[in-house]
Amino acid sequence: MTTLTIDHVSRWFGNVVAVNDVTMTIGPGVTGLLGPNGAGKSTLINMMGGFLAPSTGSVTLDGRPVWRNEEIYRHIGIVPEREAMYDFLTGREFVVANAELHGLGAKAAQRALATVEMEYAQDRKISTYSKGMRQRVKMASALVHDPSLLLLDEPFNGMDPRQRMQLMELLRRMGAEGRTVLFSSHILEEVEQLASHIEVIVAGRHAASGDFRKIRRLMTDRPHRYLVRSSDDRALAAALIADPSTSGIEVDLAEGALRIQAVDFGRFTVLLPKVAREHGVRLLTVSPSDESLESVFSYLVAA
Amino acid sequence: MYDPTVARLTYRGLLGRRRALILGALPALLIVISAVVRALTGADDQVAHDVLGGFALATMVPIIGVIAGTGAIGPEIDDGSVVYLLAKPVKRPTIIITKLIVAIAVTMAFSALPTFIAGLILNGNGQQIAVAYTVAALVASIAYAALFLLFGTVSRHAVVFGLVYALVWEALFGSLVSGARTLSVQQWALAVAHKVSDSSLVTSDVALPTATVLLIVLTLAATWYAGRKLRTLTLAGEE
Repeated sequence: MTTLTIDHVSRWFGNVVAVNDVTMTIGPGVTGLLGPNGAGKSTLINMMGGFLAPSTGSVTLDGRPVWRNEEIYRHIGIVPEREAMYDFLTGREFVVANAELHGLGAKAAQRALATVEMEYAQDRKISTYSKGMRQRVKMASALVHDPSLLLLDEPFNGMDPRQRMQLMELLRRMGAEGRTVLFSSHILEEVEQLASHIEVIVAGRHAASGDFRKIRRLMTDRPHRYLVRSSDDRALAAALIADPSTSGIEVDLAEGALRIQAVDFGRFTVLLPKVAREHGVRLLTVSPSDESLESVFSYLVAA
Repeated sequence: MYDPTVARLTYRGLLGRRRALILGALPALLIVISAVVRALTGADDQVAHDVLGGFALATMVPIIGVIAGTGAIGPEIDDGSVVYLLAKPVKRPTIIITKLIVAIAVTMAFSALPTFIAGLILNGNGQQIAVAYTVAALVASIAYAALFLLFGTVSRHAVVFGLVYALVWEALFGSLVSGARTLSVQQWALAVAHKVSDSSLVTSDVALPTATVLLIVLTLAATWYAGRKLRTLTLAGEE
């Protein structure tokens, strides 16, 4: 059981405060660190990984300091966001080198490569890898010493849906095995699919913490706005307004679209296609008009 | 204090990329120049001294030192891949010392060896000139590698600083201001070479004891400070 404790941690760069008095405890299982771009997630992860000193406060792993403590890396596996990773090596050479630096051998490297299902391309140069393959080899290098804490900075960036699912499955397994897994993301859906526990960072501050469903409800209970274009806007509008999940519809003549305000997000998303089909209306565009992360987060912070 | 894996990664990084071409170009040029000079002037001790002192030791060795010294760590810090070394239970001084050893070995291989061959071509090691400059190149390799490895650890513009030191300080100021020669790796190396070879042509402005002390102090201090910097190296985030 490994617990990472962040205690009143702040970090500033000159006059800019990147992380502002954050206190959180990350325990076993998968935790998502959620926040918009530039919120301070990477700064926080760098401090958790011992690559950046907190300006104030402390980061400890089971009571041991992380900063300036090389021995701590026996227990931590890190998957950095940055791409660079000794591109002149093959995947296997890279993972073997990582294993050796932990005092382990080719066997551990092979096991890690098998875990991420990269054996088929292990003898190709890393420079020829796709983004998803790189990500998996990075994972293998982080898993090679069987760490109890795994830190991943934006691990799903640039991955295609299939690779994303594979990595999620792997992280879920790691969490279920009792490891402490923390990953950062600015995409709500990723966090929703993977993490049961989330920590939300907005503008360097710790905005929310806890069970995902509760926070998601906070996020989804607010009114959602959609822009919908269809083959018959008025017929669709009439049918939708009859349902309590919709609180208002405006026919935007200039745009040639409907602006719909939904109060029950879950019900509305099921209702819309159903109603359209029943009334023989073809949906041409359905786009959330206020789903930008910033608006979700600002709602959350205000809540 | 030496990690074979760190060494392997460093070697392959240094010799695998375009760097290897640049590393090989200057020694090749030296040997070509030596062959041409020999063909035109015949074996001449003074000419051998001029070519080895003026080109090999004054220009080629420091430039190779800059490429190998900064290249042993700078690119990894720049692109962030050094994180894979740092996120390991490996002592920071071990990483630096290993990289220093690799940088020294590469600098020696690409500077001292060609210097010796060029010396043989120029005058067949007459008056021990080839040996003297080879020793100078070996000694200078150690100090340059340590100094430029430090540059590579502390600055993103290490190559520029390294070239400024090597070409502006040592070559330009060294030839104009005699005081600058006291603080010149090249002069320290020449002092050792003079002692070893007993060649009357190879001389230094710095006395041997001073040169020896300064060489050792520079190498140790640069290595110690690079290890210290690596321990608190902050990896800039993407944000």
